[in-house]
Amino acid sequence: MSSSKKQKTKPLPVSLKELKKLYYEMLMIRRFEEKAGQLYGMGLIGGFCHLYIGQEAVVTGINSVQKPQDTVVTSYRDHAHMLACGMSPNGIMAELTGRIDGYSRGKGGSMHMFSREKGFFGGNGIVGAGTAIGAGLGFGHKYSGDGGVAIAYMGDGASNQGQVAECYNMTALWDLPVLFVIENNQYAMGTSAPRHAAGQLYRRGEGYGIPGEQVDGMDVFAVQKAAKQALDYARSGNGPYILEVMTYRYRGHSMSDPAQYRSKEEVASMKEERDPITQVKNMLQDQGVDDDALKAMDKDIKAIVAEAAKFAQASPEPEAHELWTDILVERV
Amino acid sequence: MPTQILMPALSPTMTEGNLVKWLVAEGDAVESGDVIAEIETDKATMEVEAVDDGIIGKILVAQGTENVPVNTPIAMLLEDGEDASSVVIPSKVEETNVETEQHSIDVQDGDTTNNRDILYAKGIIIEPVPFDEAAFSETVNQTVREALRDAMAEEMRNDDRVYLMGEEVAEYQGAYKVSQGLLDEFGARRVIDTPITEHGFTGMAVGSAMNGLKPIVEFMTWNFGMQAMDHIINSAAKTLYMAGGQLGCPIVFRGANGAASRVGAQHSQCFASWYAHVPGLKVVAPWSGADAKGLLKAAIRDPNPIIFLENELLYGEKFDVPVSDDFEIPIGRAKIEREGSDVTIVAFSIMVGKSLEAAEMLAEQGIDAEVINLRTIRPLDRYTILESLKKTNRIVSVEEGWAFAGIGAEIAALCGEHAFDYMDAPLVRVCGADVPMPYAANLEDLALPKPQDIVNAAKKVCYV
Repeated sequence: MSSSKKQKTKPLPVSLKELKKLYYEMLMIRRFEEKAGQLYGMGLIGGFCHLYIGQEAVVTGINSVQKPQDTVVTSYRDHAHMLACGMSPNGIMAELTGRIDGYSRGKGGSMHMFSREKGFFGGNGIVGAGTAIGAGLGFGHKYSGDGGVAIAYMGDGASNQGQVAECYNMTALWDLPVLFVIENNQYAMGTSAPRHAAGQLYRRGEGYGIPGEQVDGMDVFAVQKAAKQALDYARSGNGPYILEVMTYRYRGHSMSDPAQYRSKEEVASMKEERDPITQVKNMLQDQGVDDDALKAMDKDIKAIVAEAAKFAQASPEPEAHELWTDILVERV
Repeated sequence: MPTQILMPALSPTMTEGNLVKWLVAEGDAVESGDVIAEIETDKATMEVEAVDDGIIGKILVAQGTENVPVNTPIAMLLEDGEDASSVVIPSKVEETNVETEQHSIDVQDGDTTNNRDILYAKGIIIEPVPFDEAAFSETVNQTVREALRDAMAEEMRNDDRVYLMGEEVAEYQGAYKVSQGLLDEFGARRVIDTPITEHGFTGMAVGSAMNGLKPIVEFMTWNFGMQAMDHIINSAAKTLYMAGGQLGCPIVFRGANGAASRVGAQHSQCFASWYAHVPGLKVVAPWSGADAKGLLKAAIRDPNPIIFLENELLYGEKFDVPVSDDFEIPIGRAKIEREGSDVTIVAFSIMVGKSLEAAEMLAEQGIDAEVINLRTIRPLDRYTILESLKKTNRIVSVEEGWAFAGIGAEIAALCGEHAFDYMDAPLVRVCGADVPMPYAANLEDLALPKPQDIVNAAKKVCYV
């Protein structure tokens, strides 16, 4: 972490309305993920399921300064990115349960959902692959001149993949509008960053002339501010930018990970002292937003998430003939 | 209303677990995210977190209990103001897991689709859409290299979304001069020299295809395409399916495939069988100049990822090539290059020429061979192969690649499954030797199929 000190009361960095919006969006991600974890526990979600709890400020902060024409691609820990892009909780949850009303008609699962309409080009189950896809989205923005920036999220683990270096080179060479976001949650599955990465990740673009910056990812305003500058930079034709966002996941790497590679005290101190949602909640309280108002917000969110869970269980499984569709596009 | 806390499944394979320890007691208030118990799964000891705020009203399964089935209620959670006495202990566990059906290729699902791709995927033999090649009578005599270049140029003129990317494709004019002149006509925006970085630029091209473009990716040779295989298969071929049909990847991957001449093991390999294995890809392998032009135009217009396997030794060969802008050979249709009645020889790419040579040698010995140019490896034109076999009752497959799990093996399976009663002899495969390609001229010559090998195979199935 760039700073382990507790946040002090500061002047409000955004309007109260914006503050409430950020709080709402982060809480939505957390409640959605908690529900996904619960449905996984009930056997309604199968296979892999990677939860974003603890990292909410990262995608919420960046999304808050995106433009509608921007595109997003990320890795396998992707539910939050889809919610941030405006994809429907019902459609995401129904994909998690493998049902026909899921974004991929039940054929993709947790890591494989897409929405061209919302500019979301996938989770990706191959570590690092989304980075090259993101570089290509940026290539598309420049080619078509639509003013968009591609935002390619990766984890600290993915940053060691060879194709990440390849894409730093090409995006810098061709001045492509790409924002690389390294969500450094300190662990590549069970291997801590000091054990897997030499040097500092945000500086890995230096040899290619790509500016990089490290940001406190538990502070949604710090993320927001850095992302705004980075997106402006990429959008203005200067080429790519690297943001290393220092964050933390409270849960294991996936549902079956007991996370014995870190101490309980470490997790507890992050939750108690650095939680991104609590930080904003405290600010709201400082601004005179009372407990009833906060509880009402939480209740609204829980109702949406409960509805998504209900929808995801009521939606039928795909029919047998779906096995054979969507392999190739029929040419018309 | 009180809610049940259920024994959670904490891994993809867990069906039951041991409730090692409760970390809360009845009457304790909990918030979502609080650790309430420890559970031992088939893999590890895991912490269970509360998913709702409330008060632990009743603990239903004591700590230390072993083999608790997943989804058993282990505690009741009360909302503020509720009384523990309102808790009704559930009498049995509800089954929530649904048994999934096992599907086989023979599954009868009542689907009456006309979608050719689906019928193909199910292994049903259908006649591909007929193609009247004779209608394109105006031709020019040109090299395969020029035919490929013209195909790209014509399609780039027709559609601004089409661009060419690869090593040395622009200023160098192509490592094999296939892209000669394209930079001059279309400029650096659409003809792009990449660094030597196949994995990265292939993934990038795939991303741009998802974002609305129609890339042509040139691999200097397909041997280097191996660096990019993850993006070809995991990103390009599978996305449409994983996206439930809403996001596809229209892209052409092309380059020289197979052995050239004396370039050694790492640069001499046929990838037809590798890519033909993958649903979601189409695999095309032209032989003649007309094949090259008509199939490449079809590939660029196709909305799917296409593997386009060229051959370096054919680049300089001249053929009559139709000039029409509309000349497009349908992917999935083979061509009978030489009609015959005694034996069917099935080949693709450079082996079509060798097979035609072999057919002439066989004719001198009184054997009338039919030569099929596959043109497309996937979807394989099963119909044309089987119809020919039904006529000749004898079949030989020819490929430059290795025999094991190769295209010939697939054709043998096809014939065995669908035309066993028509066969007067087992299929014989002519393949490259099952060794890495040697450098020495005499050894390389021994490793590659030659017309005489095809003649020998044809005579074997004719029992002469």
